[in-house]
Amino acid sequence: MNNSHNFFYFMKEGAVNMFSHGFMSFAAVGITVACLLIMGTFTLVAINANAMLVDMESQNQMLAFVDKSLSDEEAQALKGDILAIENVSGATFISNEDAAAAFRDKYEDDELFQGLPDDNFRHRYAIDLKDIGFMRQTKEALEAVPGIGRGNVSAYEDEAAGFITIRNVASIVCVVLIAVLFVVSVFIIANTIKLTTFDRRDEIAIMKMVGATNGFIRWPFVYEGFLLGLFSAVIGFFLQWGLYEAVARSVAANDTINLITMVSFESMWTYVAAIFAGAGMLIGVGGSLSAIRKFLQV
Amino acid sequence: MIRLTDVVKEYPNGTHALNGLSMEIQDGEFVFMVGPSGSGKSTVIKLLIGEIEPTEGRVMVNGFSLRNIKEWQVPHLRRTVGVIFQDFRLIEHKSVYDNMVFAMRAVGAGPKEIRKRIPYCLNLVGLENKGRRLPSELSGGEQQRVAIARALLNNPNTIIADEPTGNLDPARSLEIMRLLERINALGTTVLVVTHEKDLVNRFDKRVVMLERGRVVSDGHGYYGRKQM
Repeated sequence: MNNSHNFFYFMKEGAVNMFSHGFMSFAAVGITVACLLIMGTFTLVAINANAMLVDMESQNQMLAFVDKSLSDEEAQALKGDILAIENVSGATFISNEDAAAAFRDKYEDDELFQGLPDDNFRHRYAIDLKDIGFMRQTKEALEAVPGIGRGNVSAYEDEAAGFITIRNVASIVCVVLIAVLFVVSVFIIANTIKLTTFDRRDEIAIMKMVGATNGFIRWPFVYEGFLLGLFSAVIGFFLQWGLYEAVARSVAANDTINLITMVSFESMWTYVAAIFAGAGMLIGVGGSLSAIRKFLQV
Repeated sequence: MIRLTDVVKEYPNGTHALNGLSMEIQDGEFVFMVGPSGSGKSTVIKLLIGEIEPTEGRVMVNGFSLRNIKEWQVPHLRRTVGVIFQDFRLIEHKSVYDNMVFAMRAVGAGPKEIRKRIPYCLNLVGLENKGRRLPSELSGGEQQRVAIARALLNNPNTIIADEPTGNLDPARSLEIMRLLERINALGTTVLVVTHEKDLVNRFDKRVVMLERGRVVSDGHGYYGRKQM
């Protein structure tokens, strides 16, 4: 018997098993869809939270003040040295005139600051970072640039540390929740398939009696789990899509929280689909393998 | 060929099922194994189909040594031994033909082989016209004949029948025994485990009697000539 015969036979048996235990299959798919939806929702919340944090981090700029002894041209020439630093993603030159004007605009109601001469201000660079986790090292590198010097870089290290802590905690919580839900899903599928294998224990005993190998007995159950997982993934994906779009519309329509910009589902649907399919099939196959193991020890 | 040499079987709960049992069955023989409950008959069957391993001694079945047999070898051993049980063990929701297909598929047979072998075996047991019936639509004797046909599908060297007539009336029991005798005449070794004295005594066959895990008599007729 060649492999294609076996493949179609196993697929057919798996599908027949699934439909012949319709209620159990329905329950397994329903629970797996629920678990996938919860896992997916947590993941999408994490992705959005991460995107918001990245956005907020990008606004957390450093300022490098240029030595007053440097001419305008010399100050502007420092940009190359600054951009050469590894963690720097961008550097915007702000002349002392622009800095003074911005300062006056900020305190336009306070006459005390309106008469400040431009010379009191220094040329400076607003610096964007690739990763605020390396803020301290970047600050040290900037201070080493000739024309800037020690003590002339301002950085909000505490705020940056706060962002990093929030991101790390959010990541850990998500990973733990996803892992727990994954294990719960595998357990549920395993129990469902255990019931179907229990229902078919006589058939398994007959197969063993006539000389079927464990592999041959196992495959239809593996395909059954695979199909259950795949169905769950497809249903879960479309429900997740609908749910996400509904939440996004509600956020956009709400006057209080419409400042939150949600990542569009279209920009990540391929990843979501791949994760749902992978998780669904893993849950299904893992569950069936763990369920059938006991029945093969005859 | 089946050979058990000084076989001891002790179960984990401490029960000594076999106590130095030795016996040999040559290819093509027809043997009845008899004995009271607890004599070790079921343990011998379990040993012969690789369901359990002996605690001591040697068991050889159709070229397989069952002492420390590898797990992957057990299915290959079972393909050389057809087993028939008292309760038939047919799948109720499958037709007779589909029961046979199921058994052949389980050992990896292809469609061509299945189409050829199943009618032959059904014909051998006289059920060539009952392929479409469900087991529940057949009499007990017919169901046992289906089980015999299924046991023959892999063309085994040996048929082991465990109380094959336990659920049948005397007339049907005789039919089943005659069928097994006919299969034996075709060259298959047959071992029938039973405790039906009258039935055994109707056939002039070798009878091995067990008691307390040992062979106590071995010869022709229920009370064998050769006392152990």
